[in-house]
Amino acid sequence: MTQTPLAIKNIALQADSVWATLGNGTAKTAVLQGVSLDIAAGQWTSIVGPNGAGKSTLLKCLAGVLPHQGQVNLLGRPLHSVPHRERARTLAWLGQNEASADDLTVWDVAMLGRLPHQAWLAAPSAQDRSAVETALRATQAWEWRCRTLGQLSGGERQRVLLARALAVQAQVLLMDEPLANLDPPHQADWLAVVQSLVAKGVTVVSVLHEISMALHADSLVVMAQGQVRHQGSTQNVATHEALVQVFDRRIAIYSIEGQWVALPRNDHYVASY
Amino acid sequence: MMQARAWWLVWAGVLGALALTVLGVCVGSTGFENLLGPLWNPGLDPDQTAMAHQILWEIRLPRTLGAWAAGALLGLAGAVAQGLFRNPLADPYLLGSASGASLGVALALAALGGGAGMLGGANLLHGAVAVSVFSSSVWVRIGLTGAAFLGAVVAVLLTLVLSRGVGHTLRLLLAGVVVGVVLGATTHLVLLFSPDSLQAMQAFMLGSTAFVGWTSCALMAGVWVVCVVASWLLARVLDGLSLGDATAVSLGLPLGPMRAALVAVVALATGTAVAQTGLIAFVGLAAPHLVRSVVRTTHGHLMLLSSLVGGVLLMAADTLARGLLAPQELPVGVLTAVLGGGYLLWLMHRGQTHAGGRI
Repeated sequence: MTQTPLAIKNIALQADSVWATLGNGTAKTAVLQGVSLDIAAGQWTSIVGPNGAGKSTLLKCLAGVLPHQGQVNLLGRPLHSVPHRERARTLAWLGQNEASADDLTVWDVAMLGRLPHQAWLAAPSAQDRSAVETALRATQAWEWRCRTLGQLSGGERQRVLLARALAVQAQVLLMDEPLANLDPPHQADWLAVVQSLVAKGVTVVSVLHEISMALHADSLVVMAQGQVRHQGSTQNVATHEALVQVFDRRIAIYSIEGQWVALPRNDHYVASY
Repeated sequence: MMQARAWWLVWAGVLGALALTVLGVCVGSTGFENLLGPLWNPGLDPDQTAMAHQILWEIRLPRTLGAWAAGALLGLAGAVAQGLFRNPLADPYLLGSASGASLGVALALAALGGGAGMLGGANLLHGAVAVSVFSSSVWVRIGLTGAAFLGAVVAVLLTLVLSRGVGHTLRLLLAGVVVGVVLGATTHLVLLFSPDSLQAMQAFMLGSTAFVGWTSCALMAGVWVVCVVASWLLARVLDGLSLGDATAVSLGLPLGPMRAALVAVVALATGTAVAQTGLIAFVGLAAPHLVRSVVRTTHGHLMLLSSLVGGVLLMAADTLARGLLAPQELPVGVLTAVLGGGYLLWLMHRGQTHAGGRI
């Protein structure tokens, strides 16, 4: 764990009053209601909050894959003014429930992460191949590189998609629920990968439901009802308090062997059921 | 790198096409007849040789090769459509091209008078091919082929207008269905007012390679080359799209222009095939499935293999259609529908019985 003080020197991503709606016609909902925040470069930031808080939507806006109002800056430049391919090389995004490319092999899927680096129609370079191999080995997916995605389980598939995002070797990596379907050993592997990326100066932003995992990050963005309620270091008591509050005080945060752990509390509601 | 099974399929496709070319030129209204014999031994009977030469060169060979080209166009369009819509049940006619072509033909038949359609339909189809695709203002004169192609293109454009562009795949699909239904109804309305053209119309709806000449062949081959190159250029977009729209965008792919280009490939390939051979069912749907049942691969290879398989499928169906009930010729579209439908049913059945098998 790096004990970096939260003096924000360099800003990797910046959101300025971002509004976003989902649905269309009369069924429109404002999922993000004027979100402004700064995400420090070279750190790991986790976005947490209850279901429907707008975490994934915020991540999509930061990644530039969802139309929105307001402005997002990537490394000091307005995101919409950065050319597509340059943006794709600088910022990688791992979505939730990516459509399943059942017919593609694990290798092919991971190689898609190299698209922004490749000239049109060019065969993969030695650098592309090594980036894909490194990524597949990091997520322990190298062994099945010749299998198709359709032959993998949910957790295995998730590791391949994670490798796809890692293969981009972007300066900024956004991950939406990267631990979905992963068993505890592979969650630990993921943690090691993120920590080594951050050590290399990569900016990592993750949306996580596993609060205890999120508490390993350098800083937390606490969201509720389409707004940022708090942003601060994971070591900070105020951050913990904000976190407990957005979850209706139904979680508690403990320190176990020097690591923060969040556990659900059900003492309030047991009686009513 | 291409897998070994993919190479097997390539060889099967190429050898199958060659074998069917030889077989195809020997099957006609009298069933199987050896036309190649007189050609090899010209000294034996000069008259017979000349006739064999004429039948082979002017009728059988262009139509056999034309069947391959039309099938190859439909197979390619099917693979592109299934990738574009991310749906294994997508068919190249989904964008409305089939119903548009039908309406175009119905209107042309009505305008030219039912008589032209009844008897001259064949000649018109045959004779009008050369210039049809390159002229749009004088389409009434250039005949049914031009009308069919124009109808297909207009229908696809209408689908695009209704779906407000290519941004939303589901909307595109729904717009295609709506256009198909409305244009289909309009076609029937047109036919109601010109009942004389019903029979010629039916020939078109059931599909036939009987009127394919060398000009049609050349046209289809040219369009095939253009479409193969375009889809090879766009193959990676389809691979990226298979991970979802948002991921494709995050990989820096400009989805809008690329989707438009893919729609153009589907429209051009189906429009051309339909204009030359009428509505041939199931080849575009079955070819990519057949490829997938042999090898799972990237879209670049899938599209090329589907095209090869589509060509062989239609060639085989056409040869069967000619020979099965000779001298009576079956409409090839009926045969492809029966064979293709049966094949898909078998695939579904196999998918259910083999664990992990998917259609």
